Amino acid sequence: MTLIADMLVIGAGIVGAACADALAQAGLRVIVIEKSEVGGGATAAGMGHLVVMNDSPAELALTRYSLHLWREFTAQMPLLHEYSNCGTLWIAADDDEYQAAQAKASNLQNAGIRCEMLDEQALYDSEPHLRAGLRGALLVNGDALVYPPKSARLLLESAQRLGAVVLSGEVRSLCKNGVRLGNGDVVSAGHVVVANGLAAKQLLPELPLRAKKGHLAITDRYPGMVRHQLVELAYIKNAHARCGDSISFNVQPRPTGQLLIGSSRQFDIADNKIDHGMMSNMLSRAVEYLPGLQKLNVLRCWTGLRAATPDGLPLIGEHPFLPRVSLAVGHEGLGITTSLATAQILRAQILGKASPLPLDIYSPSRFSLNEAAYA
Amino acid sequence: MPEMLRVIVNGKPVLVQAGTTVIAALGEGAWVTRRSVRGTERGPLCGMGICQECRVCIDGVMHRLACQTACHEGMHIETVKATP
Repeated sequence: MTLIADMLVIGAGIVGAACADALAQAGLRVIVIEKSEVGGGATAAGMGHLVVMNDSPAELALTRYSLHLWREFTAQMPLLHEYSNCGTLWIAADDDEYQAAQAKASNLQNAGIRCEMLDEQALYDSEPHLRAGLRGALLVNGDALVYPPKSARLLLESAQRLGAVVLSGEVRSLCKNGVRLGNGDVVSAGHVVVANGLAAKQLLPELPLRAKKGHLAITDRYPGMVRHQLVELAYIKNAHARCGDSISFNVQPRPTGQLLIGSSRQFDIADNKIDHGMMSNMLSRAVEYLPGLQKLNVLRCWTGLRAATPDGLPLIGEHPFLPRVSLAVGHEGLGITTSLATAQILRAQILGKASPLPLDIYSPSRFSLNEAAYA
Repeated sequence: MPEMLRVIVNGKPVLVQAGTTVIAALGEGAWVTRRSVRGTERGPLCGMGICQECRVCIDGVMHRLACQTACHEGMHIETVKATP
């Protein structure tokens, strides 16, 4: 069997679905290939936190633009996304962290992002269940959340209404004019977009991607206990560490009243087993900040694998030396947030149109990949 | 004479023997403990902490298992109100 399309997208996670939709909107014939369920990988494992991050100017530009796209996209049907404009509270435990929060605030404000400092009193007024003795917080008002597998499905349905076709199957290899599936079928396409997260390494072993495993737990419904996404400021240095295990306090109030509890990071562990020591440390950290959590019921815990790059930015754009192959992978813990911007950047490059953000910062060619591997 | 405890069930004082579980303290009110997400009435089934249907609010904490929790003096227990 041979199928033919203009664009072939590997992976129907949030990034693949966003790319498929953006390309279908441009009038291209799109085929999406998914090996299991739509949004069933890292997309379903994550928190769905839509968050502006400013570790680097490139990260700030990408997340800011994405948040803008998310607000437009979810405005049509917020309930279907389980969208909530909860905002993020970056919690400062002491004076040092409070100063770091102030620096973050001015950086965000310079980029036109609405945010405000909360002193101790204002912090406890807005989140009375936090432990005593905290210094204050930075509130980033426009941050939000969605339920990622639903958003992925909505993106894919939008693409399908524009004629995109979704195939069930596993891509075994890239070939000259498309891809070869596990059952031997070849799908031919003018252009291939690799958007299958960490699994892209099986097709393109040279990609600088590492597994960064994370744990999450979710509670029963306790409406009103937490109002904002709560993150300790130390999260920033933990999240950007390039080696070692770490945990940070990160709790999200789902629109159902459930509390999603994170977060953990472990490099180069690529299985989905729950590490009970890690889970225990993570929950203890959460209880330190929110003592009331101790009496709540956890319904389920699980893990997911982030695809991390050496500089923490995704790989978006043409493969450095494989013609008609583009990459949209390596989004690490920000894939939900940055999926929509990724799709716009990728589409602009493929169509040769002006990109909303500079292409080179996110281009895979910023890393030297071993061309010999493809000879 | 066994030790007696006073608990408050939906605002009303109830006397129970020490060691009584919350579900037993609910007495006739035990038939409806909670509502499902869609609003239907639910009541205790298994009595051994598995079915999760006996969840009530105890001392301000929601979703506590009434069948697995022993009463203590002054405990406040809230169930949902059954439809009359």
